[in-house]
Amino acid sequence: MDQIITWTDIGPLTDIPRQGARTVEHPAGRIAVFRTIDDQVFALRDACPHKQGPLSEGIVHGQAVTCPLHNWVIDLVSGQATGPDEGCTGTIPARLEDGRVVLGLVPWREGAAHG
Amino acid sequence: MTHISHPSPSGAGRPRLVVIGNGMAGIRAVEDLLDRAPGLYDITVFGAEPRVNYNRIMLSPLLSGEKSFTDIVLNDADWYTANGITLHAGDPVVSIDRLGRKVLAQSGTEVPYDRLLIATGSGPVIIPVPGHDLPGVVTFRDVDDVDKMLAAAGGGGSAVVIGGGLLGLEAAVGLQSQGMDVTVLHLADHVMERQLDASAGHLLAEELERRGVRVITGADTAEIAGDDHVRAVRLKDGTEIPASLVVMAVGIRPNTTLAAEAGIDVERGIVVDDFMTTSDPAVLAVGECVQHRGQCYGLVQPLFEMAKVVGARLAGLETDGYAGSVTSTKLKVTGVDVFSAGDFSGGPGTEDIVFRDAGRGVYKRLVLEDGRVKGAVLYGDTADGAWYFQLLKAGEDVSDRRDTLLFGQAFAAAGGAGTANPTDAVAALPDDAEICGCNGVCKGTITKAIAEHGLTTLEEVKARTKASASCGSCAGLMEGLLAHALGDGYEASEVKALCTCTDHDHDSIRRLIKAKTLKSIPAVMQALEWKTPDGCASCRPALNFYLLAAWPGEYVDHAASRFVNERLHANIQKDGTYSVVPRMWGGLTNPRELRAIADVADKYDIPTLKVTGGQRIDLLGVKKEDLPGVWAALNAAGMVSGHAYGKSLRTVKTCVGSEWCRFGTQASMSIGMSLERMTWGSWTPHKFKMAVSGCPRNCAEATIKDFGVVATDGGFDLYVGGNGGMKVRACDLLCKVTTEDEVHEYVGAFMQLYREEARYLERTAPWIERVGLDFVRSRMVDDAGNRAALHARFLDSQSHSQSDPWAERATPCGQHANDFKTLASVE
Ligand code: SRM
Ligand SMILES: Cc1cc2nc3c(=O)[nH]c(=O)nc-3n(C[C@H](O)[C@H](O)[C@H](O)COP(=O)(O)OP(=O)(O)OC[C@H]3O[C@@H](n4cnc5c(N)ncnc54)[C@H](O)[C@@H]3O)c2cc1C
Ligand code: SF4
Ligand code: FES
Repeated sequence: MDQIITWTDIGPLTDIPRQGARTVEHPAGRIAVFRTIDDQVFALRDACPHKQGPLSEGIVHGQAVTCPLHNWVIDLVSGQATGPDEGCTGTIPARLEDGRVVLGLVPWREGAAHG
Repeated sequence: MTHISHPSPSGAGRPRLVVIGNGMAGIRAVEDLLDRAPGLYDITVFGAEPRVNYNRIMLSPLLSGEKSFTDIVLNDADWYTANGITLHAGDPVVSIDRLGRKVLAQSGTEVPYDRLLIATGSGPVIIPVPGHDLPGVVTFRDVDDVDKMLAAAGGGGSAVVIGGGLLGLEAAVGLQSQGMDVTVLHLADHVMERQLDASAGHLLAEELERRGVRVITGADTAEIAGDDHVRAVRLKDGTEIPASLVVMAVGIRPNTTLAAEAGIDVERGIVVDDFMTTSDPAVLAVGECVQHRGQCYGLVQPLFEMAKVVGARLAGLETDGYAGSVTSTKLKVTGVDVFSAGDFSGGPGTEDIVFRDAGRGVYKRLVLEDGRVKGAVLYGDTADGAWYFQLLKAGEDVSDRRDTLLFGQAFAAAGGAGTANPTDAVAALPDDAEICGCNGVCKGTITKAIAEHGLTTLEEVKARTKASASCGSCAGLMEGLLAHALGDGYEASEVKALCTCTDHDHDSIRRLIKAKTLKSIPAVMQALEWKTPDGCASCRPALNFYLLAAWPGEYVDHAASRFVNERLHANIQKDGTYSVVPRMWGGLTNPRELRAIADVADKYDIPTLKVTGGQRIDLLGVKKEDLPGVWAALNAAGMVSGHAYGKSLRTVKTCVGSEWCRFGTQASMSIGMSLERMTWGSWTPHKFKMAVSGCPRNCAEATIKDFGVVATDGGFDLYVGGNGGMKVRACDLLCKVTTEDEVHEYVGAFMQLYREEARYLERTAPWIERVGLDFVRSRMVDDAGNRAALHARFLDSQSHSQSDPWAERATPCGQHANDFKTLASVE
């Protein structure tokens, strides 16, 4: 399937707290955009592979976030649960351009799988 | 205006090279050319500054007084003469005529060229805030700027440096050593954020503060105030800092106007190819003014690499061209060692190795990717900076010595390379290597003591050598030495570390926070040698609590280290919505409160209202974005947060007591209310619940609470250490008292003792089982003086924490404006 990625500016990095996250509403589901202590950005679907907990509300440490509901630790790079837990949430390409956060989004079609 | 000219020795016919810019890159290119092909060109140099070529990076020592101008001159007037170069100093070029192949200078001088080299460097960025053009506002770029600063510093006074990057900090330290009172304003969260990670930035700011330079981060300048001269700098948050001198050091911008006006391709800088040629083949450019492969540079090393290519090209020699540079940075402040190189931002697929030596104030972080060094940040000990930079540039695979890399090059050279085992690494250290920084104990002393006295445990070594007896941060190294000396016979001591980020346990962390006056999470992580850059979801909340408890009123709560419930002041539910539980003091309510709850439930479509087990009403299923609105409505009816989410005082349950009940002996409702008013808003290691029953029938279930009060005919029985939950524990009777004032004092003292002594997430029941009831009695029942002191400390910290977190967030502006909103919506 052809997928065209549109790089979409969602706002300045400074609007996301360090070691924290903000969310972006997308028709395919909410996206959590994380900022680490050293100002890297990552984006994941805002739903824990365990029971869909809002990862955007977790504690961010290193390149991981601890889910606020039952403490699964999710790797921000791969979206994979770490340690003994198994599961994966979708990742969305994210990068910084001149201090602005840009997400690589796939145009959403009704019925298409999550990005 | 100075002119150094000379009759050309070999007469006309030589091609004419004109250089615009008498700075570091332009003249280095000329030097490289002269090395290879002396006498090939007839050279003319224009410089805007009225002086010979000097070492710009030495302006910092010039400012601090460590050097004089003659010390920093690179090429004096004789050099120009000896090499047949005509210098027009103090005469900037104002236009380039590319068709006529000549340049025009301000003085009217016109010089034709066959080859033109633009090396105009860059200029300081001025933020256009009101007052930026007042006398007393200076930049930091050339000797004139330094002269202005020195003149201002002569009168003492205060200076504000806007910008906490490399230049700003060097200016600040320089001005401080000239006797000024200096404040650095920095917009980002930590200084030198382009060169340093947060940990190193924090150490640097601390060191500067120690030297008397004040650093304010997150500072956004609104205005420079003054009438005919600067008087103060005003920040957006209203803070005003007096200043007789303001140094703007917020960044640099390539000087491209001349080139752009001549129709040469310019983006951020003058665009050049790998051979430093601009869009006009007759025109080369070099230095900070250029943009090569999309990159502009602000350090000399890349400029020198470019200059070499220019020299070779002009000499007509073969060259591979310039391929871009990996740069490294050092801060030139005497006594502060900072080094950074490459890309240390981490990123997908990278791995961090962190080393901290609190005794020596050292922090080192290497970022590896595919087994290769990708970036490095060193603070406090930069001796190995050059080595890491070498490894980085060479792209050497270092996976085999991953675990010992941070011991440095000397260790690797001593045969350590290839050892992947930290125990061997310690073993390979020389005998005079200092192991315990606090007590100055060397490795040799320790190994000798182990051998001579047959020591087998860390405790024995501690007692014998004093090593690790102070801050304890070298315990890991000592274990390594013991393990090496005793081989398999050694079993490491069982310390229950707080989490895998550290070797310290809860108690030693608490003790060290006080003993070493550590006042922030980064300070704790550095001093106690955390093994990760920023901890984890276990240690960060614990540290945040310990710091709050240790430094009430001083420590600023760190939201990113709080569990979501405490960060958002509401309980997260299984579907990601929240519950809101307002306080009902002592379980009492009234029509006004009930009406407000009903109205807010209607207005925000709150699906569930429930009476909790804590005698109050829970509004369940509130959407995150509605929280501020719900709180504002509850606040308006006089209700505040119930902290149903917090490791803090939850509820004080009461029965109706003597106010109504035919058996009641004391007014349990009013006592419960006043206890709740005294204790709400306090942070504790775990949640803390109380209850007051009006008689021994105990309808408020006071004997399974953290603190329970049961009224009797003669006064009150005070109970502690109970809870319901999975493992029910009935309270222990602490003591009997007779007055309500005593009840208050005992509650305050007990909460403070619990706060100061228990471990994070340890409720009163397991805490008392661990330390024993006698411990509690000895501290606050038998010792009236200590009880009063505990109570006083409790009240003091309450004076700082008793504010309604909802009211602070219910208004849709200010510092929490973004907390409840989504960042963006996309289609
Ligand atoms: C709402 C409430 C149930 C109710 O509808 O009655 C409740 C709800 C929760 N309780 Fe509770 N407890 C509630 C009263 C109690 C009581 C009764 C009491 O306080 O008298 C107890 C037993 C008494 C006690 O604490 O000793 C109680 C013992 C627990 C425990 C076990 C504590 C223990 O030390 O073993 C937990 C688990 C924990 O804290 O780790 C818990 C944890 C929870 C949590 C916070 C679970 C969680 O982590 O999400 C629930 C939050 C739901 C929410 O979002 O509001 N809740 N919980 C009660 C809120 C009281 C209030 O007004 O603040
Ligand atoms: C205070 C300070 C400290 C520094 N510390 C370090 C350090 O520790 N390490 C490091 O690597 N780098 C450091 N740098 C940066 C380093 O000095 C620069 O990267 C380097 O000087 C750039 O060389 P350049 O030739 O491109 O520009 P410059 O050295 O600025 O030379 C350009 C020259 O061109 C002149 N000029 C501009 N326009 C015209 C015109 N139209 N006509 C004639 N002349 C013109 C300018 O007046 C200037 O003299 C520091 C810089 C400063 C200001
Ligand atoms: S008893 Fe269990 S299910 Fe009920 S509120 Fe408490 S934690 Fe939740
Ligand atoms: S939903 Fe994330 S850990 Fe359970």
